[in-house]
Amino acid sequence: MSDAKKTPIYEIHKASGAKIVEFAGFLMPVTYGSIIEEHRAVRERVGIFDVSHMGEFVVKGPRAREFVNEIITNDCSKLAPGAVQYSVMCRENGTAVDDLLVFAVDDDRIILVVNASNIDKDFAHVLTFPRDGVTVENASDSYALLAVQGPRARDVLEACPVFRGVGRELDEIPYYKGFGFRHEGREILVSRTGYTGELGFEVFVPSKLGAVYWEAIVEAGRPFGIQPIGLGARDTLRFEAAYCLYGHEIDDETSPLEAGLGWVVKLAKQSFRGADALRKEKEAGSGRTLVGFELEGKNIARPGYGVVMNGAEVGKVTSGAYSPTLEKSLCMALIARTARDENARYAVAVRDKKIAAKMTPLPFYKSRAK
Amino acid sequence: MSFENVRFTKEHEWVRLEKSGGLATVGITDFASGELGDIVYIEFPEVGREVKAMDPMGTIEAVKTVADLYAPVSGVVKEINTALNDDPALVNQSPFDKGWFVKIELSNRSEFDGLMEKNEYDKMVGKD
Repeated sequence: MSDAKKTPIYEIHKASGAKIVEFAGFLMPVTYGSIIEEHRAVRERVGIFDVSHMGEFVVKGPRAREFVNEIITNDCSKLAPGAVQYSVMCRENGTAVDDLLVFAVDDDRIILVVNASNIDKDFAHVLTFPRDGVTVENASDSYALLAVQGPRARDVLEACPVFRGVGRELDEIPYYKGFGFRHEGREILVSRTGYTGELGFEVFVPSKLGAVYWEAIVEAGRPFGIQPIGLGARDTLRFEAAYCLYGHEIDDETSPLEAGLGWVVKLAKQSFRGADALRKEKEAGSGRTLVGFELEGKNIARPGYGVVMNGAEVGKVTSGAYSPTLEKSLCMALIARTARDENARYAVAVRDKKIAAKMTPLPFYKSRAK
Repeated sequence: MSFENVRFTKEHEWVRLEKSGGLATVGITDFASGELGDIVYIEFPEVGREVKAMDPMGTIEAVKTVADLYAPVSGVVKEINTALNDDPALVNQSPFDKGWFVKIELSNRSEFDGLMEKNEYDKMVGKD
């Protein structure tokens, strides 16, 4: 606990009585009171999240896009300045090092936004690529990252003086696009991205001023009922939208194809690390596949619980929750592809019991982020 | 509320003995419900089941975690709080009152007497 890092917003979380846990080496708020109420606040109104624990790598140079394109499974070669892309980076054998956002801020600058738990591993991985004409900096401690998510997210930022007169209207920013501007001499980046399945923005500010910008957004959000949201609701929100969470749906032993992320694996792209293995996997068919289940009753399927079919274990639960929006017990699971059958009878081994479960399409909650 | 007839376990259950003796109401403490966070489902023991002190007799599913519900005393389960089936959040809102779990007919009064009093329990959870 002693060497855990604090985000620039930590003191505010603590003062507001948040329950603090150590997550990925950071002391983070898991909830400010009720995870379910925070979840509903984001679905119905708007919430603000401190996600400053996320990592940021800044790639600079005229060959930034080529460099990143060798690392990621998606194709960033044609990203216009301001475009953001979701991607995965893999090892030679096709397993996932991490999932990440590729923010093509300018022609010669890309920011890779990676998971907090993977910062060191990812940076070491990135440094295994030849850096011709690029510099790569682990700038994770330089940024505070604030996510404003929910149907009123745009109203909140429009009401916030920081975002006035920046030369761009927030209602003109399409999904997965962003821009940078200067506020009192400092660069602020905004992107229409998020991890909740709602309309939302993520705001990158200098870490030293993280608390100032947090307060400014919270102040502007008061009339809209803004609520600070902890990691607990962040997880249930992303779960309903069936967004992958590293360490759950994907990890060091999972390929993006297994996890249903084929849409960000561009096998037609000339080359990238893991391409050969992923092409083979695509041709032969993945060993496992990510599916959704609805449990009978209200027991919650926790990560690692077995999925059973005809008495035999065919896979493992990766994430499970009581869905506050759908009011059902749901889970995602990686199961053997050969055991995938929409009409089959499955069960989840919840401790000493087998709870019947039926397959249900992903996502559980249709995203309204677009 | 008065904690005169209430005793506590290391597993953060409370037991309130009715004045007439014999029947004990069981719940979890405010500390426990706070630690668990939002409770979404409770798996109760069947009415009529005989339980032994410190046996797991049910489970408490919270958003982030799952916990066993232990029988604080030996006896027979006489009643369960069915209101929690519709509104498990009552445990978070009112742990010592509306959020009670079960009523047990004690088979051994001395087990109750051996449990912690409120000041001892508060000390255990660092609330004194």
